[in-house]
Amino acid sequence: MSKVSQVTRLQELVYELEIAEVMTRDFLSVTPQMTMREFKEFLQEHRFSGAPVMEDGELVGIISIEDLIEALAAGELGCLVEAKMTRDPVVLKANDLVVRSVDYFGRFGYGRFPVVDDQGAIVGVLTKGDITRGLLRKLEVEYHQEEIRRARVNHIFDDVSSDHTSISLRYDVEARNFERGGRASRSIKRALKRFGLPRQIVRRAAIATYEAEMNVVIHADDPGGVITAEIQPDQIVIEAIDMGPGIPDIDLAMQRGFSTAPDWIREMGFGAGMGLKNIDRCADRMELLSPHGTRTTLRIVIYMDER
Amino acid sequence: MKLSEILSLLEGTLVSEHADWDLEIGKVAAADLMSDVLAFADPESVLVTGLVNPQVVITADMADIVGIIFVRGKVPPPETVAVAREERIPLIITSYTMFEACGRLYQAGLKAVDLES
Repeated sequence: MSKVSQVTRLQELVYELEIAEVMTRDFLSVTPQMTMREFKEFLQEHRFSGAPVMEDGELVGIISIEDLIEALAAGELGCLVEAKMTRDPVVLKANDLVVRSVDYFGRFGYGRFPVVDDQGAIVGVLTKGDITRGLLRKLEVEYHQEEIRRARVNHIFDDVSSDHTSISLRYDVEARNFERGGRASRSIKRALKRFGLPRQIVRRAAIATYEAEMNVVIHADDPGGVITAEIQPDQIVIEAIDMGPGIPDIDLAMQRGFSTAPDWIREMGFGAGMGLKNIDRCADRMELLSPHGTRTTLRIVIYMDER
Repeated sequence: MKLSEILSLLEGTLVSEHADWDLEIGKVAAADLMSDVLAFADPESVLVTGLVNPQVVITADMADIVGIIFVRGKVPPPETVAVAREERIPLIITSYTMFEACGRLYQAGLKAVDLES
C-alpha cells in the first residue's frame, strides 16, 4: 500500500467511523464537591489532563488541567471543583462521525469532549488520542482482512503442491423444486468471486451453471441430479448430472427454440429452448452426453484466460 | 442516468431494502423470458419485466444486472424480495405497462442492450 493511499484511507475512515467506535467508554469522572487539591491528586494518579464532572449520574460540567493551573496560581486549591469547572460543556453525539469531532477539536481547542447518546446521557469521553487509536485499530483490522483475502485468493494454487490441484464443490439439485432452483449456481458464483477470478469469467460460469441447474430442475426424473464445479488453476469444469430420463435426440435439443418443458415452467420465464444454446455460448467447451437415453451428463469448461 | 432518475421517470416504488440511487445506468433489457435475459442482457443494465418469481432475481444476479423494474404494478412475493436482499439488487415497482415503461426510459436516453451474434 503506498503512502498516498494510506493517507486517503485514513481520511475516508474519519468519514466512516462513528464516535462511539473510538471513544473511551470506561471513563473516570470527578464530583462537583471534590476540592481542587483532590482533583490535582486525581490527575496525577491517573495521568489524565481533565475529566467530566458528574453528579447523580448526570453530566454537570467538565474540568481540565488548565483550570487546575489557574487555581494553583490563585492559591485556591481548597476551592470546590464546581466553582472552577466549565458548566454546560460542549458535547459530541455518539452516533456522529469522527470527522465532526476533528472539527470540534480544531474549533474549540479543548482536549476532550463528553460523548452523549440520543437521550443526552453521557456514554463516553473522546480525546485526540482516542481518535488516533481508533483509526489505527481499524486500519490494522483492514490490513489483516486484506492479508487473509490475499492468502486465500491469489496464492492458494501456488502454496499447495500436488500433481493435480483443484477445489471441488458439489450440490444436490432437486427435480421440479423451482423455488430452490439456482441455489448451486449462486453458491458457485460466490465462490468464484471469492477466488478473485475476472468478472467476465465469473459471469459466464454463473450463466452456464444456472441454465444447466434449471435444466435439471425442469427435466430430470426424481430425485434430481447433482451439480459439481471443479476449480483448477487454468480452468473451471462444471458438470450437471442426472439419472434420467435422458435426451433422445441431442441434435434436436441443441436447436434454438426446441423445448419439452411443461407450461408451468414456461409461465415462470423458462423452458423456451434456449438454455443449451446459452450454455454453449458461455462455455469454452461443452459436452452433452445422454447414452442410451437414460442418464444425462452436461460438461461445461471455461478457461481462466479470458477469451 | 442515475437509478434515482429512473425511479422518478417511472413514478416507481422501491420494494427491496438496498438501492444505490447514484448508480449510473446506461442500458435496459426488457423481457419475460429469463433465457433471453441470460443470453442478451449486458452487465450493469437494468431489467424490466412482468414476472415476479424469485428466479427473476437469481437470473439478474447471474447476469450481473444491477436493478429490476416490475411493470403493471405487480408486487413481488416475499421470497423474491428475500433473494434481492441477499444479493443487494434493488427492486422497483411501476404501475406503467411494459410498453410505456420502456418508452419512457428510451425517450429519456437509455439504450437497448447490445445483441451479440
